[in-house]
Amino acid sequence: MTRLLTCLLLFLCAGPVPASGTYQTPEDFLAETFRDNLPAAQVLWLKGDIRETSTAIMGHRYPAIRVRYWLQDTRSAWILEETGKERPITTGLVINAQGIERLRVLIFRESRGWEVKHPFFTDQFPRIQLTAERQLDGPIDGISGATLSVRALKKLARLALYFHSQVVTSNDAAP
Amino acid sequence: MKHTSVLTMLMAIAITSPATADKLPSPEEMWKIIQQQQKEIEALKKGQQAAVKQAADADEKAEAAVVAVEESAAGGSGGNWADRTTIGGYGELHYNNIDASDPANDNKEIDFHRFVLYFGHEFTDDIRLFSEFELEHALTKDTSDGSGSGEVELEQAYIEFDLQDNLQARGGVFLLPVGILNETHEPNTFYGVERNDVENIIVPSTWWAGGAGLSGQHANGISWDVAVHEGLEMPTSGSSAFRVRSGRQKTSKASAEDLAYSGRLRYTGIPGLELAASANYQSDASQMSGDGLDSGLLLEAHAVLEKGPFGLRALYAEWDFDGAAVAAADADKQHGWYIEPSFRPFNSVGVYARYEDIEGARTQDRFDQWEVGVNYWPHEDVVLKADYRNREHDLASDAGRDFDAFDLGIGYQF
Repeated sequence: MTRLLTCLLLFLCAGPVPASGTYQTPEDFLAETFRDNLPAAQVLWLKGDIRETSTAIMGHRYPAIRVRYWLQDTRSAWILEETGKERPITTGLVINAQGIERLRVLIFRESRGWEVKHPFFTDQFPRIQLTAERQLDGPIDGISGATLSVRALKKLARLALYFHSQVVTSNDAAP
Repeated sequence: MKHTSVLTMLMAIAITSPATADKLPSPEEMWKIIQQQQKEIEALKKGQQAAVKQAADADEKAEAAVVAVEESAAGGSGGNWADRTTIGGYGELHYNNIDASDPANDNKEIDFHRFVLYFGHEFTDDIRLFSEFELEHALTKDTSDGSGSGEVELEQAYIEFDLQDNLQARGGVFLLPVGILNETHEPNTFYGVERNDVENIIVPSTWWAGGAGLSGQHANGISWDVAVHEGLEMPTSGSSAFRVRSGRQKTSKASAEDLAYSGRLRYTGIPGLELAASANYQSDASQMSGDGLDSGLLLEAHAVLEKGPFGLRALYAEWDFDGAAVAAADADKQHGWYIEPSFRPFNSVGVYARYEDIEGARTQDRFDQWEVGVNYWPHEDVVLKADYRNREHDLASDAGRDFDAFDLGIGYQF
């Protein structure tokens, strides 16, 4: 029995140890999103109404003075973070005129709530848009035991949709 | 002709009028004025250039400051101690108004049932501490017979290692992988002021033990857990004889004569659905041979469904103990099940009903119970609860314990 357990343990532990929880780097996410045509990064300052609304969406002050985004026509990409249970979840989001185009967990640093990094969860987000009350306009079914991670990603989805509405409006209005 | 004459006359008056001739500057004066204005324009231009340069300098400094703030906030395992340490917790206050068939069993009580603090720390990206410290019933007194109502407990304190991306090992005191509530029981995560009796009496939640474990997760939504840990030390005599809940050693100088083993298979590959089955094997559930209570096996299975506003929980758990004494006491097979549909039409309000049927060791733990209630979440981490319970015991001799109860509760997590 002991020998069997030892073999099982060695089998389970076999293999290289990758970088902890990095599934795709932000750079690779952007390269994949824009292919060979990565636009220059722009900056959205979180002040005034934008600061107030982002705080209302997140339930707390988003911990940044500004956020970078990449905008091509009416398609924007964002790299945002929110804490799940204890550690931040780094998430890449692409928004287009139809709403969320893609949501991908880039870096996941916790052992609980792991389900949210997989496509069987994140595939719920495409085509979701923001309502007038700044809520998601479609259901996102949760994962039992991963409530805080699910909550974090839903907030980031709302935030990215809101930010997109701010930058597309301002860029469209620019002379 | 008449108009021209009038105009000529007016011009003549204007040119020859002594007052008009005085107001107009001379060409020399005009040149001085122009030169003065030119100097002012040059000065304004220089001032504007300086202002533009100042604005550019200010922009550069502000950019440098923002970059410094952003780099400082980047944190991670390279950050300071505070960045790598987390504090959290939960708590709940209960009001119970129990109206029993026998008034001697009535109970009206307010109790701060649990005050829990979590402390976590990341030593590196792959090694972390998780701990949970709990005070039950608001205070604890050191009584000679241990009858004080409160408890101070170390419910979790383990080090977790990331062996691979989806494989972790842990060593220390941890919650056993069994049931729905055993690992997730913050008050805002379940319906009802009191936790369900099936998991309380049969599982028995909250159940923790000291030992070592391995957990793995797969991209298809399947995860597994195995652990070896201290076993139960169930009493074989007295009012709590063969009561599973009374066998929890809580890793307090726990006997390790006979270890126990846990395993769980869980599927969460469809959002909104959890299916899980657990097994727990006790090599000797009393930690003592020859007392009529030998090995024990718990089998547990449950389903959790949350689709839109509809929710459903269902769980079955069964113990099978070996031993002459436990069989003679009709406590060798203890089991229970419950089903709990719920409806949450708004994020802030949900209603539920629950039916549970329990066959525990003691006759007072053999009953069925109906329960209905409502949760109100003014904030996602705060909950107000109200419920009504009706309990009927199996045996006529325990009919006096039957009751109707009205409960209120307030809970939080952070």
